[in-house]
Amino acid sequence: MSKKFTKDHEWISLEGDLARIGITDYAQEQLGDVVFVELPEAGRQVEQGNDAAVVESVKAASEVYAPVSGEIVEPNVKLEDEPALVNQDPAEGGWFFTMKVSNPDELNDLMDEAAYADYVKELG
Amino acid sequence: MTNSTSDFDGTGKVSGASSEQGLNGYARTPLYDMHLQLGAKMVPFAGYEMPVQYGLGVMGEHLHTREKAGLFDVSHMGQAQLFPEDPDSDVAPVFEALVPGGIISLKERGIRYTQLTNQDGGILDDLMVTRFGNTLWLVVNAACKNDDFAHIAQSLVGKARLSVENRALLSLQGPLAEAVLKEHLPAAADLAFMQACHADYQGEKVIISRCGYTGEDGFEISLPNDMASQFAALLMENDAVAPIGLGARDSLRLEAGLCLYGHDIDTGTTPVEADLMWSVPRRRRESLDFPGAHKVSQQLSQKPDRLRVGIQPEGRAPAREGTEIHDMENNPIGRITSGGFAPSLQAPIAMGYVSAAHAAPGTQVQLIIRGKPMLAKISSMPFVEHKYLRTKS
Repeated sequence: MSKKFTKDHEWISLEGDLARIGITDYAQEQLGDVVFVELPEAGRQVEQGNDAAVVESVKAASEVYAPVSGEIVEPNVKLEDEPALVNQDPAEGGWFFTMKVSNPDELNDLMDEAAYADYVKELG
Repeated sequence: MTNSTSDFDGTGKVSGASSEQGLNGYARTPLYDMHLQLGAKMVPFAGYEMPVQYGLGVMGEHLHTREKAGLFDVSHMGQAQLFPEDPDSDVAPVFEALVPGGIISLKERGIRYTQLTNQDGGILDDLMVTRFGNTLWLVVNAACKNDDFAHIAQSLVGKARLSVENRALLSLQGPLAEAVLKEHLPAAADLAFMQACHADYQGEKVIISRCGYTGEDGFEISLPNDMASQFAALLMENDAVAPIGLGARDSLRLEAGLCLYGHDIDTGTTPVEADLMWSVPRRRRESLDFPGAHKVSQQLSQKPDRLRVGIQPEGRAPAREGTEIHDMENNPIGRITSGGFAPSLQAPIAMGYVSAAHAAPGTQVQLIIRGKPMLAKISSMPFVEHKYLRTKS
């Protein structure tokens, strides 16, 4: 399945009932050099829009929100030693966590790739 | 994903700023157009629209400054000259009444770091003071400049006259700063750390000061607004020079253990609590003739309740401003006032205030980050060694 996007610049890609979540290239560029990532533990329940992870650059800390509700399956622990992966490969290797989606209908609230591209363009 | 903390929120607009103003109400420095051309990301800061970073990014700009030379636009800062009302007298003793630093002892073209204090010993601002003859040249923080200048002018009415100078201020910092600057301003090479001079540049007066806010050797150059862009471009023709934004300025000064006004020091902190007594000579500690001297004297004899310290978190998580500090028994003992990631150390660092009993370097403490205790220890500062050029042969 192709990716969906939130207004807060997370991406989500669904593989069966498992979803992989990361932040967009636009987001990593706005953040600058990522120096620390705090990931959710496996088994944690998150609601759509809740804080799920933290990403910190030299100058600021930002929240990463759960794009949909569900249970965290696997945090990308590679980011703990190599936070710069978020900058280098935000769309693939820099993913944050996978989760089991509890309500697939929530995905309908999100933007597709074209809508997100327009959204980012408007932000300037 | 949204920003939850940022060091660069606007801290109140400067009313009556004499600089050019954009349509958004923020003031602009003479280098504004150049920042845009260089691809800077602009943010509101102290009433100005300022570059927070350029293409290299905060990390790259920070490391570039430590390795080569970084060019900062600090034209938002306040510059003024203080003259004695009686032209045959010296203005230094008059000004000294407002600060705890040693000003009358300042040699010709010498620079001093000191603070403007209030009657309770609180810090109104910190500033650089340079002696030129019987006058003083003052450089103060952008967010405080209007209040500072009003305070100085009012306090010294009838004794001194303050001339606020609307000029550009560039800062060139790093190990290659001297080599770069002396090509255009040869007099720069004759200065030692905390010395200044006047120089002629294309028929205009510039002031070169060997000081800065990074812990590196470096210079600040005060020059007429209409020369600033051209001079900055000239410096950047040298490959050693890159433009540096406020983001790296903050991480550089934090590594150097230097205070940021409004965060690490303010009217609620005294020079004793802020560990700035190195800037107060013995003569002033004995004469006690500056605003708030009684408080400073009391804190010196009885020890203050709290002290500014360096803090090194043990993990990788940066501890930001406002983070609570606990002792190992979970009692709150203070708060972080500046914190982030140190690019030169590739580790988080912070400074803050803790109760005096916990201020010794090496003391173990806990930082409460997003509700969880993280181990840290009190550290001496600077975190990264100063590279000031103390003597000039």
